[in-house]
Amino acid sequence: MAHDGLVLAPVPRNLAVEARNVNKAFNDHAVLRDFSLEMRPSEFVALLGRSGSGKSTFLRVLGALDAQVDGHVRVPRRRAVVFQDPRLMPWLPVLRNVTLGLPQTREVKERGLATLAEVGLENHVNAWPGTLSGGEAQRVALARAMVRDPQLLLLDEPFGALDALTRIRMHGLLRDLHQRHRPAVLLVTHDVDEAILLADRVLVLTGGRISLSTPIDLPAPRNRSDPRFVALRRRLLAELGVEAD
Amino acid sequence: MVTQLELVDPRAEGIVPAQESRVPRWLQRLVGPVVLLVVWQALSMAQLFDPRTTPSPLIVLNTAITLLGSGELQAHLQASLGRVLHGLAIGVSLGVVGALLAGLARWGENLIDANMEILHAVPNFAFLPVLIAWFGIGEEPKVSLIALSVWIAVYINTYSAIRNVDASLVEAARTFGVGRRELITAVILPGALPGFLVGLRLALTSAWLALIFAETINAPTGLGRMMGDAREYFRIDVIFVLLGVYALLGLVSLALARFLESRLLAWRRAFDGA
Repeated sequence: MAHDGLVLAPVPRNLAVEARNVNKAFNDHAVLRDFSLEMRPSEFVALLGRSGSGKSTFLRVLGALDAQVDGHVRVPRRRAVVFQDPRLMPWLPVLRNVTLGLPQTREVKERGLATLAEVGLENHVNAWPGTLSGGEAQRVALARAMVRDPQLLLLDEPFGALDALTRIRMHGLLRDLHQRHRPAVLLVTHDVDEAILLADRVLVLTGGRISLSTPIDLPAPRNRSDPRFVALRRRLLAELGVEAD
Repeated sequence: MVTQLELVDPRAEGIVPAQESRVPRWLQRLVGPVVLLVVWQALSMAQLFDPRTTPSPLIVLNTAITLLGSGELQAHLQASLGRVLHGLAIGVSLGVVGALLAGLARWGENLIDANMEILHAVPNFAFLPVLIAWFGIGEEPKVSLIALSVWIAVYINTYSAIRNVDASLVEAARTFGVGRRELITAVILPGALPGFLVGLRLALTSAWLALIFAETINAPTGLGRMMGDAREYFRIDVIFVLLGVYALLGLVSLALARFLESRLLAWRRAFDGA
């Protein structure tokens, strides 16, 4: 028997993402099936999956880019997205791209300059986006996200279009930015190494559900030749349906 | 046994030129017209052309100098230029305002776009009798015919440019909290500017075309009037001078459009240069 006046309220937990029983279908084809995910503040989660597994769809739901979805979804107010293509306005100089959507005050401009310096582009502040290399353009996109001091950073295969060498440098940059500013990060990728190198937790999305979830507790700096790294990669690849060599 | 390979200098193969020509490109392009004039002059001097139907370039030049000396050409040119500029000012304003209303608001599209498409489907010059009925035979129907052609060219291109601004950029801007006002000024309008300039370039061409038609209506002055008089008095040399003037005006207009593009689309030049 319950005692009057003694209602057990659930202890509010501190979360950066709260998604429960999210369902999404395109023309009767279920993309997300009762998908649930909780992320703690500052947690770095990598979401792996094959093409068409629904991983980008879920990211777009969190980024308020897709509202046609059922279920319970809660995200922080301060969010920022980095897409696979930089999506910079080619007619605006780099700094103006970074401060897009913010009040154009002196303070915001200073913050934009500081963020560009953080991504190593202090010498390209007034450049046209068309003059930048792919890696530089993506760093501008990263600066445009970070200048908002996001509580949740959504990365939709941000390095997918970059060459291998640039990608390695971007991994280092992203790790530094995460350590300095501590946003929660959801990284959607199909690059298993990238996921293991960067994330605190890796999820594999198969058929609209999480089929594997594993914390990554390898010490930093993580090393691809570490036997635990190799074992983890083999396991994740197998889950994705690829035989590791 | 190892055979000794014969090595050659790849630059000597001549597949691509070893160095760029020192003569500037525009000068090279001038060769065509100059050769044409020289051949034409030579054939005229060999009396292969009847001078009553095809005067030589030197005779045409002579006539042009006479017409300039008497100030006749300038007066007519000024009248025509005034009509074109007037028509351009009205047409560009109407085209831009209409494209903004139709491009940025659904109600604007519903109200304006279908009408413009119908207007576009009718050959502009078919409106001439109506314009005369409305405005008489003074300056108004001439200017309004030019304005109509410009209006349609600017509207069609600007409207479709606004509607074709990269949707992924608009989406990105929205996720970064860009409000309606900034979306228009920082994303949609600059994105539509190249399309507007294409429209302006077409508008300049159609403005000169409309001028020729417009000046067939009782024009006391203007290049069209000169053309009519020359035809009347069999002054084929004057007609050739006027053809040259139309060519120059067209080329100047295109140069102007290109100049505007290079100034307003500096970001795109950077893009193309990469």
